[in-house]
Formats: sequence, C-alpha cells, structure tokens
Amino acid sequence: MRSNNDTLVKLQNAGYQLNNKFLVEGVSLEVQKGKIVTLIGPNGSGKSTTAKIALGIYKKIEGKVEKYTDKIGYVPQKISIDWTLPIRVNDFMLLTDNIGEQQINESLSLTGVLHLKNKNLGNLSGGEFQRVLLARAISKKPELLVLDEPVQGVDFTGEIALYQLIKKISEELNCGILLISHDLHTVMSATDHVVCLNGHVCCSGSPTDVAHNHEYKALFGEQASKTLTIYEHKHDHVHTNEGDIKKN
Amino acid sequence: MFDDFFIRALFAGIGVALVTGPLGCFVVWRRLSYFGDTLSHSALLGVTIAYSFQFNIAFSVFIISALIALILIQLQNKTNLPGDALLGLLAHSSLAVGLVVIGFLSFIRFDIMGLLFGDILAVTVDDLLIIWIGGLLILVVLKLIWKSLFASTVNYELAEAEGLNPDRAKAIFTILMAAVIAISIKMVGLLLITGMLIIPAAMARNVSTSPLQMVFYSIIGGLLSVILGLYSSLEFNTASGPSIIAASLFLFILSLLKIKQTSGLKN
Repeated sequence: MRSNNDTLVKLQNAGYQLNNKFLVEGVSLEVQKGKIVTLIGPNGSGKSTTAKIALGIYKKIEGKVEKYTDKIGYVPQKISIDWTLPIRVNDFMLLTDNIGEQQINESLSLTGVLHLKNKNLGNLSGGEFQRVLLARAISKKPELLVLDEPVQGVDFTGEIALYQLIKKISEELNCGILLISHDLHTVMSATDHVVCLNGHVCCSGSPTDVAHNHEYKALFGEQASKTLTIYEHKHDHVHTNEGDIKKN
Repeated sequence: MFDDFFIRALFAGIGVALVTGPLGCFVVWRRLSYFGDTLSHSALLGVTIAYSFQFNIAFSVFIISALIALILIQLQNKTNLPGDALLGLLAHSSLAVGLVVIGFLSFIRFDIMGLLFGDILAVTVDDLLIIWIGGLLILVVLKLIWKSLFASTVNYELAEAEGLNPDRAKAIFTILMAAVIAISIKMVGLLLITGMLIIPAAMARNVSTSPLQMVFYSIIGGLLSVILGLYSSLEFNTASGPSIIAASLFLFILSLLKIKQTSGLKN
C-alpha cells in the first residue's frame, strides 16, 4: 500500500541473495517527494545493492518493492566506457531520454562542466566524469534520483558545492533522493532520513537519532557521532571552472 | 539490369554492407565478435538443412542461427562454463555436425568453397530480394531498439534503472544477428561474415568521435570494401568473400594512419 501520495519508492523487508548468500536483507525504507534518504555503512554493507533493489535492477529479490514513478535518474557507483565506443559528453546526456539542447546546457552548467560538452567521455578525469553523471541524471528532471556515491573523486570545494546542488534539486524539482554516501559530514547536514546498513538495517531515523544510536557508534566509532557539529567555514570567493576567482 | 551476374552481386553486396555497418558497431562495442563467429559457423548446419529439405537457404540459416543463439543464452544461464568456452563449444560442434550432415548428402553436389567463402556467381534475383527486404527489416527493427540497446551497451544497470528494458533489446539484437548472417552468407561466405561485421566498424572507430559518426563511417567502409572487393574478385578471379574482407583490411590499415595523426596531435 502506498502510505501517501508523496511516496515514490517503498521497500518492505527487502533483500537480495547471490549464490545463497544474502548481500543485504530485511531492508525497509521509503523515499518521498522532496525528501533525501541517505544510506550509510561500511564497504560491503549492501548500500549499492539496496539502491539496485529499489531501482528494480535486481529481479529475484526477497520482500517487496513498490515503485510509483518511472521518471528516474540514476548515478551508478561505477561506469567504465570502453575505448571501442566513441562517445562525447553530449551523446551521453541523451543516453536514456531525448532532452533539448537548452536542458543539456543548463544541467551541465549546474554541475560546472559545460565546457566539457564536446569532450570524449573516456578522456575525462574521475571528478569531471562524476559531474557529468550527475548532470545527466538531473537533466531529465526526474521524480526520483538515486545517487550512488555521486561525488567520489570530486575535489573538496566541488564536493560541498555538489551536495548543496543535490539539496537544491530536491527542493526545486520536489524530487525524492536516495543517496549513498560515506561522507558523514554531508549526511548529517543535508539529509532528512538516514539508514545505517551493515548487511541489514542497523539503525535508521533522523540524522540526530542515528548519530546517538549505539550501533552507529559501534560501526563508525565515537568520533563519528560528533560529526553533528558540522565544520563550516565561509569563503569570500569562489573558483570558476575557467580558473578565475570570483568574489561573492 | 539484373541480368548481369556482376550487377546482381554488386547490389547484393551494397545491401549487405548497409546492414553490417550499424550492426557491426554493436558487435564491436558489445564485444560480440566471437558470438558472431559462433552464429555463422552454425549457419553451415542451416545450409545443409536447406539442401536436405529444399528450403530457402537464407530462411533456414536464420532459423538455425537464431536457435543456436537461444541455446547459447540458456546455457549461459544454466552452466558455470565461461562464455568463451560455451561459444567455442557451440561454434565447433555445430560446424562439425554441419559437415557430417554434408557427408551424408553425397547425392547433392555441394559447392563447399562457395559456402565457406562466398560466390558472386551464385547470387540470384531472389537472393537480391531477400537481402534488400530482409536488410530493410533489420534496419527498421534496429532503429526501434536503438535507444535501449545503445544505453545498455554503455551501462546495463543505468538502462535498466531508467526503464529502457535492456534484456528485451538484447534478445531482439541477437535475432538481428542471426538475420544478418542469413542474408550475407551467399556474398561473404560463412567463415568470413564476422569479418564483414567487425573490420569496417573497427576502421570506423579509428576515425570517429561519436557513436553515430562511427555507424556512418562503418557503412561507408563496408560499401567501399564491397565495391573494391567485388571488382578485384572479377579482375583476379578470386572468391568474393576473401576479396571483400581483404579490401576492408586495406581500409582499416589506412585508418590507422589517421589515428596515429590524431594521437600525435593530442600529446
């Protein structure tokens, strides 16, 4: 049952097993319009698997998944482009949807990579590629965004800017976001709901609740629960992609 | 106009090249060259069945190749043998069975060289019709599944997540592969069909910067290979298949010069 009209995807006791071994089990969560749900957990704790269950990539699953939207933008954890395939950023933007020129330019500007539009995808750096992936996912104005470590390899200032962008997108498009992140700072500052995984759901709730949960502390250490006091500092300038410095 | 065997062969070759161009790109992108080999080896079985039961060759080859493709997909899901071993198993066993069946059909005169390497003298007006109508159908279907097939070639999970149904596209593409082998067997011969798929596409990769450009150059490369190959086949009295493939190899080598140039500029 759809609990309310804002629900985009709902997992009930969901799990997935490979070779008779559960990668993740017993996950229940719900992503609603305009809300950000973040999955955290150590390597191999089933974060990506949970995202793939929610997306319907895995077919033979335990439990139940209900999806109420087809407008989905996905940033996978890893994409490798084979050399045999010549593909420019612009071609990649059109991969799953026929969006207009203006929409492509807008999205690429938002993530700061408009100048790469005609570059070959295989020649981008890791951080540039992540920005293109994110631009592609948001360009189709999705109702549900699933972002699997979307800022990996992005430089530190870029990372903060991209997380702010993600937050802004969820507000502007009123889309629900399922975010996978290992960056506890961001998780605690920009998330509505946190699910802490370790093969199963360790704990879940608001960032504050989770930070004080003892299982969370056991998993990430005492230090992690102090991340609530977010380190913030103000810049009086920003660096544009052309390398100029712009005063605020 | 089609009274002349050479004109028939030329039009047949052009029809084949128009189809192998785009399909060949996917073969290269999806690393299916050995898969193409397997299907074309199994085509011999299709040919022998056509002779035994007086079927149309293209039709019979299409059915057998599609069947082998389905068996392959089943085997991939059911056994733990690696993909290349399964492909080899099917390729050689179907080739062997095909040859054994030929042994039993001693009452029919077989032009085995023609089967393996193509024969321009053998192209009839009926073959032309099959190539052009079949080729057109293949291209229309490819256009329909293009988006889904291309997206899943780039990344399967992305395509699946965003609702493009990559499994269906893959299944349809497999059938298209069987179909292209069926229509090109008379021209290129079953041992060399994969070459016709791969070499123009590989050539195109060296000179392209976008997927559509690669498809375009792949078609151009295929057409040039057919024209060059057929004329030299006529001139030197060589089999049509090897002549066409040799011509495409020549174009591929030329394209290497271009790639050397561009990579030199970049550094």
